[in-house]
Amino acid sequence: MMRNISLAITGVLIIMLTACSSDEGPMGENGAKDDFDREAMLVNWADNIILPRYENYNQKVGILSRAVGIFSKEISQAHLESLRMAWLEAYMAWQPVASFEIGKAEELRLRNFTNVYPADVENIEENITEGTYNLSLSSKFDEQGFPALDYLLFGLADSDERLLAKFSEEDSDNGYTRYLVDITARLQSLTQQVLDDWKGGYRDVFIGNNGTSGTSSVNKIANDFLFYYEKALRANKVGIPAGQFSSGPRSEFAEAFYNGATSKALLLASLDAVQSFFNGEHHGGTGFGPGFGSYLDVLSTSKDGEQLSKRINDQFDRARSEADLLNPDLATQVGEDNTKMLKTFDELQKNVVLMKVDMFQALNIRVDFVDADGD
Amino acid sequence: MSKTSPTHYFHKTTEAAPLAAFRIFFGLLMFVGILRFWAKGWIAHLYIEPRFFFSYYGLEFIRPLGVYTYGLFAICALSAIMITLGYRYRLAMTAFFLSFTYIELMDKTTYLNHYYFVSVLSFLMLFLPAGAYFSIDAYLRPEKCYQRIPLWCADSIKLLLSIVYFYAGLAKLNSDWLVQAQPLGIWLSTQSDFPLLGPWMNERWLHYVFSWGGALYDLSVPFLLFYSRTRVFAFVLVVLFHATTRVLFPIGMFPYIMIVSTLIFFSTDFHRKLLRYISSSLRMENNTFDNGRQWLPQTSLRYRLSLHTLFIFFVLQLCLPFRHLLYPGELFWTEEGYRFSWRVMLMEKAGYAGFQVVDALSDERFYVDNSDFLSPLQEKQMSTQPDFIVQYAQYLKKHFEQQGHQNLQIFVESYVALNGRPSRAYIDPNTDLAREEDSFRHKTWILPFNDEIKGL
Repeated sequence: MMRNISLAITGVLIIMLTACSSDEGPMGENGAKDDFDREAMLVNWADNIILPRYENYNQKVGILSRAVGIFSKEISQAHLESLRMAWLEAYMAWQPVASFEIGKAEELRLRNFTNVYPADVENIEENITEGTYNLSLSSKFDEQGFPALDYLLFGLADSDERLLAKFSEEDSDNGYTRYLVDITARLQSLTQQVLDDWKGGYRDVFIGNNGTSGTSSVNKIANDFLFYYEKALRANKVGIPAGQFSSGPRSEFAEAFYNGATSKALLLASLDAVQSFFNGEHHGGTGFGPGFGSYLDVLSTSKDGEQLSKRINDQFDRARSEADLLNPDLATQVGEDNTKMLKTFDELQKNVVLMKVDMFQALNIRVDFVDADGD
Repeated sequence: MSKTSPTHYFHKTTEAAPLAAFRIFFGLLMFVGILRFWAKGWIAHLYIEPRFFFSYYGLEFIRPLGVYTYGLFAICALSAIMITLGYRYRLAMTAFFLSFTYIELMDKTTYLNHYYFVSVLSFLMLFLPAGAYFSIDAYLRPEKCYQRIPLWCADSIKLLLSIVYFYAGLAKLNSDWLVQAQPLGIWLSTQSDFPLLGPWMNERWLHYVFSWGGALYDLSVPFLLFYSRTRVFAFVLVVLFHATTRVLFPIGMFPYIMIVSTLIFFSTDFHRKLLRYISSSLRMENNTFDNGRQWLPQTSLRYRLSLHTLFIFFVLQLCLPFRHLLYPGELFWTEEGYRFSWRVMLMEKAGYAGFQVVDALSDERFYVDNSDFLSPLQEKQMSTQPDFIVQYAQYLKKHFEQQGHQNLQIFVESYVALNGRPSRAYIDPNTDLAREEDSFRHKTWILPFNDEIKGL
C-alpha cells in the first residue's frame, strides 16, 4: 500500500513536471536559470572596488593629515590653502567608501564618525574652550569628521585673516589648532583601522560569507547600499536641505555648508560611486566585473519590456542630469531656486523604488534584515 | 439507536494516553519556544522598543504593557510548564491561552500563521480532559484520574490539524503557485547552499517539484495520517517536509510543533509505550494511572455546553478562511481576508511607502522618515499591507497635530511587487489618508492589481 502511494505521488509529479516544463510563464522573468556566481561578485567587489577605494581614501586622509601637521607648525595663508585643498580631496574620496558599512567600518561606526552634518558648532566651540573631549562617544558624531573640519577651515570667521588669527592666539597651545590636529588624527586612525582589517583577513571572511541568509555579504552590502542611497545621498544631501522632510527649506543642512562651493561636487561624486558600484565597475574606471546589474541580467529581470538594469542606469543618468543643473553650492541653490533641488530629489527617489522593490525582490534580498521568525 | 449515528460516536471512549502525551509535548514545546523568544531579545525588540504598535481592528485596547510585557511572557512560560506537568491543568491552560493570545494580538506586525495555530489549539484544549491522566492532578487526586475519556477528544485535535493542512493545501491551488511556481521560484533560486539539492536549486523544474509537492502534501497528509496503513509513511513525509522548510526558511519552532502534533494520529498502544518510557525514566510505576475509570459526563450541563461551543468553533474554523469572498479585488493584492486563513508562504511581497504630510491651509508639505517611527520589521510589513498603511497614516496625523500642525492631509506614494511581478503603484496617491479609517469594509483607495491570480 505504502509503495503504491509513493509510486503514485512520484508518477503524478513527473506528469506535472512534463506538463509544465515548457511553460515560461506570462511574467517572463525569474524563468531564467540563476547561474550567477555570488562569490565572483564578492571577489570583484572586494578586490576591484572596496579595497582600492579605501586605499585611495586612506591615502587622501594621509595627505590631509600631513597638511594639518604643516599648518599647525606654521600658521599661514599658503598652508591654509593647501590644507583646504587636501580637505576637499579627502572629502571627495570619502564619498565612494561611505556606503560600505560592513565589518570594521560597521563596528567603528565609520560613517557616523566621519560625516554627520550639520556640525554642532556650539559643542565644538565648547570642546575647544574646555580642552577636554572624548571623541569616541556617539554623542560626539557631529563634533568631528569632515563637517567639523569644514567649520574650522571655512566657518570660524568671515575672513581668512581673522580665521588665521583664531589659530594663532596663544602660540604654544592654541585650542583650535589642537582640535584640528585631534579630529584629523581620529579620521586617520579610523580609516587606517578599516583598511588594515580588510587587508588583514576580512577580505576572505567577506568573500567566504557567500550564502543567501540575511547576514550574508551580498545581503548586507545590498542593504547598506540601499540605505546609503536612500538616506545619506537622497535625503541628507538633497532632500533635507530642500525641505522635503521639514516644513520649509533648510539650507544650513547642506553638506560642506561653510565651504559654500563644493556640495554639488560631493553629491555628484557620491552618485557616480553608487552607479559604478551597481555596475560592478572597477575603481578608477579600469573595467567591469560582476555586480548588481549583471546579476539582474542573468535573472533576466525586466520591467515594462525593458531590462531592469537598464532602467536603473537610465534613472541614475536622469538624476545626474538634474543635479548637473544645480549651483555648485546646494545651500545657495535652495535659496535661489529650490524647484531644481526638488526635481533632483524626485529623480533620485524613482530609483529607490526600482532598487528597493524590484531589484531586491528579483535578487531575493530581504530589506533591512530582521532577526525574527516568518511562516 | 444505530451504531453509526453521531450520538453513538459521542458515547464512545478510548484510552486517555494519546491526549495526555499530546499535552506533555505541547507544554514542553511552548515552554522552549517562549524561552527562545526571550533569549533572543525579541520581547524588548518587538514589543518594548517600538514607539508605535499596529493593533488589530477592534482590538486597539490590546497593546504591549511596557516592561510588564516580560511578566506576560513569564506567565505564559510558567503555565506551559504546568500544562506539561498536568498541575492544575484547567487553570494553566486558561492562563496559557489568554497570555499567548494577548501577546499575539499586541502587534499584527508579528502575525504568523503558526502563532494563530497555537492560539486556536490552546483554545480547543481548554475543553479537553488532557489533565485527567499521567498528570500531577491525577496523581494527587485519584478521584480526578480517568484512564478512559471520550473518543472525540483526541479526534478534535486531529480534525483541527487536518483543517490546517487541508486549507493550506487549498490555498496553494492558485495560478501563481502551480503555474508560475512562485514565490518558491524566488526563494529557492538563491539557495545554492541547500544540502544535496543545492546545485539544482536554481533549476526551474525543481521549483515546480517543490510547489506541486507542497500542495499535494498539504492536501493529502491528513488522510494519509488518518488511515492506519499509510500512517507511518505519512509521518515520514511530515518529518521530511517540515525539516525541509526548517532548512529553507527562518520559521523558528513551527516545524517541531507540527511534527510533534501529528503524533496524536498514532495508536493508543504507541502512546502507552511512550508514556511507559517516560514513567520508567522518571522511576515511576508504569500503571500508576491505569485505574480503569471512564470519564463520560453526558448529563452534565457544562459538558454539553462545551460540546456546543466546540461545534460552533469548528464551523467558524471552516468558514473563516473563505471570508475573502466577501471582498472585491485580488486577495493577494489587497490582503482583505488574508490572515487567519492558513495561507502559508504564498506570497513574496516587497514594497515602498513614502508618506507626505501636507498642511492644507499653507500647502506646506514634507516627507516622513519612516525609520523615525517604525522598526525595520514594522516598516517592511506596513509598506505592503493597506490596513497597516491607513493605521500608520492616522498615527502620523495624530503625531503632527500634537506638534501644532492643523488641517493635515496625509498622502502616500507606494509601490508593491508581488511574486516576481514588476512593482506597480499600490495606494491611490491622491487619497487623503488622514480622512480614511481602518474598517472591515473594502478599501476603495487600493489601486487595481491589473493582473489575475486564478484559484481559490
